[in-house]
Order: sequence, then C-alpha cells, then structure tokens
Amino acid sequence: MSMFRILGSALAAFVLLGSVTAQMAKAQSGPLRIEITEGVIEPLPFAVPDFVPENGGGSEYARDIARVIASDLAGTGLFREIPQEAHISRVTSFDSSIAYEDWKAINAQAVITGAVSASGDRIVVKFRLFDVFSGQQLGEGLQFAGTTRSWRRMAHKVADAAYSRITGEGGYFDSRVVFVSESGPKNQRLKRLAVMDYDGANVQYLTDSSAIVLAPRFSPAGDRILYTSYATGFPRITLMDVGSLATQTLAEQPGTMTFAPRFSPDGRRVVFSLERGGNSDLYMLDLGSGGLTQLTNAPSIETAPDFSPDGSQIVFESDRSGTQQLYIMSASGGEARRISGGKGRYGTPVWSPRGDLVAFTKQNEGRFHIGVMRTDGSEERLLTASFLDEGPTWSPNGRVIMFTRESSGAGGSAALFSVDISGRNLRQISTEGAASDPAWSPLLP
Amino acid sequence: MTLFPKAFLIVAALGLAACNNPDRFGGAGGAGADGLGNGTGFVDTTGLGDPNDPASIAYFNQRVGDRVLFPVDQHTLTPEARTILAGQAQWLMSNGGYAVIVEGHADEQGTREYNLSLGARRAASVQSFLVSQGVPANRIRTISYGKERPLEVCSEEACYAKNRRAVTVLSVGSGV
Repeated sequence: MSMFRILGSALAAFVLLGSVTAQMAKAQSGPLRIEITEGVIEPLPFAVPDFVPENGGGSEYARDIARVIASDLAGTGLFREIPQEAHISRVTSFDSSIAYEDWKAINAQAVITGAVSASGDRIVVKFRLFDVFSGQQLGEGLQFAGTTRSWRRMAHKVADAAYSRITGEGGYFDSRVVFVSESGPKNQRLKRLAVMDYDGANVQYLTDSSAIVLAPRFSPAGDRILYTSYATGFPRITLMDVGSLATQTLAEQPGTMTFAPRFSPDGRRVVFSLERGGNSDLYMLDLGSGGLTQLTNAPSIETAPDFSPDGSQIVFESDRSGTQQLYIMSASGGEARRISGGKGRYGTPVWSPRGDLVAFTKQNEGRFHIGVMRTDGSEERLLTASFLDEGPTWSPNGRVIMFTRESSGAGGSAALFSVDISGRNLRQISTEGAASDPAWSPLLP
Repeated sequence: MTLFPKAFLIVAALGLAACNNPDRFGGAGGAGADGLGNGTGFVDTTGLGDPNDPASIAYFNQRVGDRVLFPVDQHTLTPEARTILAGQAQWLMSNGGYAVIVEGHADEQGTREYNLSLGARRAASVQSFLVSQGVPANRIRTISYGKERPLEVCSEEACYAKNRRAVTVLSVGSGV
C-alpha cells in the first residue's frame, strides 16, 4: 500500500462541523481577501493561538499544530504572523466566539483557532477562521481526523483551507516532494532518492547511495516514482512503487541509454529520452502494453519532456536550432513549434498545473535563471539568478516553483529553493544535507 | 599524475563488464570499493602493469592517452583528439584481449539531462572514430555520466576544460 493511500485513508474522516454551520455568515465574499497579483503586496497580519487541547492526548500536539500552520502561512510571503507574545486574548474554548476587539487592537486581520484531541494513535483536529475586521467567521469550521503520525498533515490541511479561503486559490501545503539527497565531495557525489513534506519535514529515503539516481517524478496519484538510475551500470529509466520500494527497469534496449522519464497525466504512459549512437530522441512507453512509440526523429538532442495538464501536448527541449530551446508538439509526435525566443539557452521546461505557463531553466551570459513564459512563448519573466539554478517544479496550485540551486567551486553543493511565480519570496528549503532535483506531488487527498 | 584514479576506473569498469579474467597481469590492483555506482555483482581486480610495457594498461592510459577533451558544448573531435584516438585504435588492434567502455562527460555549465545527452554524443564520437580506425564495434560500449562525475572540482575554465572529456576505459575481454 502506498504511503499516500495510508495517509489518505487516515484523513478520510473529514467532516463539516454541524454545530457551526448555523453561525456561518457570508463566507468567501467577505472583505478578508488577498488578491494575488504581480504588484508588491503588504503581507496580511494573522494570529494562530495554540490550539485548545480537548483531552490529555491533545495537549501534546496543541502547540505544534499551531506552529506548523503559522509557518505554512508566513512561508508564502503573503501573510505575516503576529507573535503570540502580543496576543491579548487567550482562546480557552473552541466553541466560544473570539474577542474581536482584542485581535483588532493588535491588528490581526485573520485569526485561526482550533482544538485537538488524541487517544491511542488517533487524532482529531478542528479549526475555525475568523475575519477580525468584519467581525465574523470566514467559511465553515472543519474537522480532520487521522493517525497521530500524520499530525503535521492535519496542520497543513488547516493552513491550506485558510490560505484558500483568503486568497481564493487552491493550497499546496499538504503535499510531498521527491528529490535527490546528496553527500560526498563534488567529484565523488553520492545520491539517493528521498521524499519529504513540501517544507522539508518527514524525510524518508527510498534508495541507498550505491547507484547514481537523477531527476525523479511522482505519478499523478503519488503511488509511483519515475527516475533515471545507474543501478545496472548504465543510465536506465526506472519505475519505483512507493509502498513496497520495488523497482523495475523500463524500456530496456541493449546499447542505448534511457533517461528523463515523465508520467502522462493519467499515469498510464511515460515520455522519455532514448539515446542510440549518441543521438537522443523522445519516445512514449505505454505502461500497460509495453508498446514503444518514437515521437521525434532528429539528429539533435531532444530531452526533458513534460506533458500539458490535459495530456494532449508535450513541451520539451531541443538543440535542433543549434542551441537548447523549448518546443511544443502533440503528445503523439509530429511537427513541433518553438516557443522560446529570447537570448541564451532554455531547458527543463515544466508545464504549470493550470496549463497557462511553462517554467524553465535559462542560461545566459554565464548565469542560470528560473523563469516562466506563456505557452506561446510570450511574457517571459526571469524569477531567479545565480551561478547555477535549474530544474523547476510547480506547487500543486501553480503559485510556487521549487528548484535546485548549486553553489560554485570545489566546495560547491546543491540545495532546494522555492520562489513565488511573482519572483518574490525566495527561500531555501531546510534539508538535512545537500539536495537536488525536486519534484512536487499533487495535493494529497 | 597518480596512478590511483586510473586503477580505480579500471576496477570499476571491470566490475561493470563482469568479466572473468581478473589476473591477466598477475598483480593485485588497488581499491576494492566500486564508487562509480555499480551496486551489483562482484569486483574484478587487475594490475595496471608497467608503463614501459607497451601491452600494459598503464601504457595505454599514460603513453597512448586514455582521454580526449572537447570545446564547450561540442562533441566534434579536435585534431589533438584524433591523434590520441588513432593511437588508442592502434593499441586496441594490437591488444585484442581488451574491450573498452567509452565514458562521456560534460562540465557543470549545463542542465542535468542535456548534459547526459551531450556526454553520450561525446562518447559516440569517440566510438565512431575508433570503429573507423578498424576497432570492431562489438569491443566498444559507451556510457554518459553527464555532469555527474567531474574530474576537477573548481568552477573555472581550467577545470571545465578537463571535465569536458571522453575517457576510454579498458576492460579485459575481447567483446562486450
């Protein structure tokens, strides 16, 4: 059973709190709203008092859950937490309303209150979101129930709900990232596959470091991972079942190298690069039948493919023009149209979950950038610049991009960073050691 | 240049090829660890021999030259590279007991998957040249490491130039 399915069933008990439904005033049309635009914004001040423990077991989590929620929201750069030391009111009961005047006095525009109870390995988390200046609750109270092991996920669920109600956009906190954990010196780097929560917590290692592993991707359901592995001695695309960690080498053809595998949105096909005689082209593998279809046939390098969210098109990089550039073609192959047109080289395109943007790595004048452009190549914007930034991956809601940043020199090492698609809020993800090649999962169920 | 890194490559390549004539030269080669990432199978060990012996691996690595370098983002062979490879081909023709794995590498100035492709192009350029000089194609395999295994670690052209390479790694056995 996959990790996601275990956690998914743990959270299946997801109910509206009937008792508060009647108190609901106007929900999402209230004045508490952040419109996420490209302009500079003032972060919205919010407060999250410690959750109210409703039994002895709950007291162990009451503070930690509030801290994770605060960290999620503040981490977006769209919200600013008012520290607990500044709070005037204490929230001691989940069911009583809040003292709006006390929160107004410290300029908290949003307040999240909650309660937690735990017994055995079961935990129940409830929360409410208040719009302080209009003096009413924003949306319904919600309850999440699951295992104590998944308590951080429930905090992320609360933060996702609050984020979503205030911004009008989907959340992304309850998600995982598969990446490559790195150790050892630069000329003898050891790499292993790992997964973590989007914020770097709960790391689990999926392989040992005996073989080089590169560029993993989650399946749409999160139950499988595709990556390139040198476990056979040669680069081969490999499929891993996340639950059992069983692996399988795909599309083995003697004398060839296979790499850069990506799932189709339905999880049934894999587009990847196959190299033969020095030339890399794109191929499609049907996981059910094992059927292999060649999509490109050119003497140039075709690699780093990615499906459009509807599965009908593929964006990829090719140096058919003489330098690395971005192209889009039908998912069945055929003519491709070039979309990148600026100075420099473009690679590693990834299609946004909303379908309107492509994120990419750009090299120009000795610097690397992460950028976005529309799928027709217009409105290119560079979000970052450094010695070496590469390999963007989209958050499930399409607001944030995570990528690899590598520092230069003999002691150079890789780390994971994230940036808002507005170009604001550049942050390093906290990982135990060096890390590269992140790929975001969909929002968990 | 020390012998150790070469010994290391040889040992690893032997492991990759899983060949079964480990003691061609009777000596015990060095490192037992297989750091190139082949996690399976046993590791064969072969002595490098005396660099003054024209039939030794050491002679091939040091006197003939086991590697060629490439300009930025290129896979075409320079005149210097052709000279070295002609020597490699000649050596391989007169030492029929060896197969080779040509490793293609890129410097760090490029994205990961593109550099895998670029390394493969470089390895294939070497393979084609060796075949054109008469080395049987079935004695040559290629592998690309992209930018995963730099030899030099600084982030300057002096290091990049040495990392943009294709290395011809000998393994015992007449075919792969």
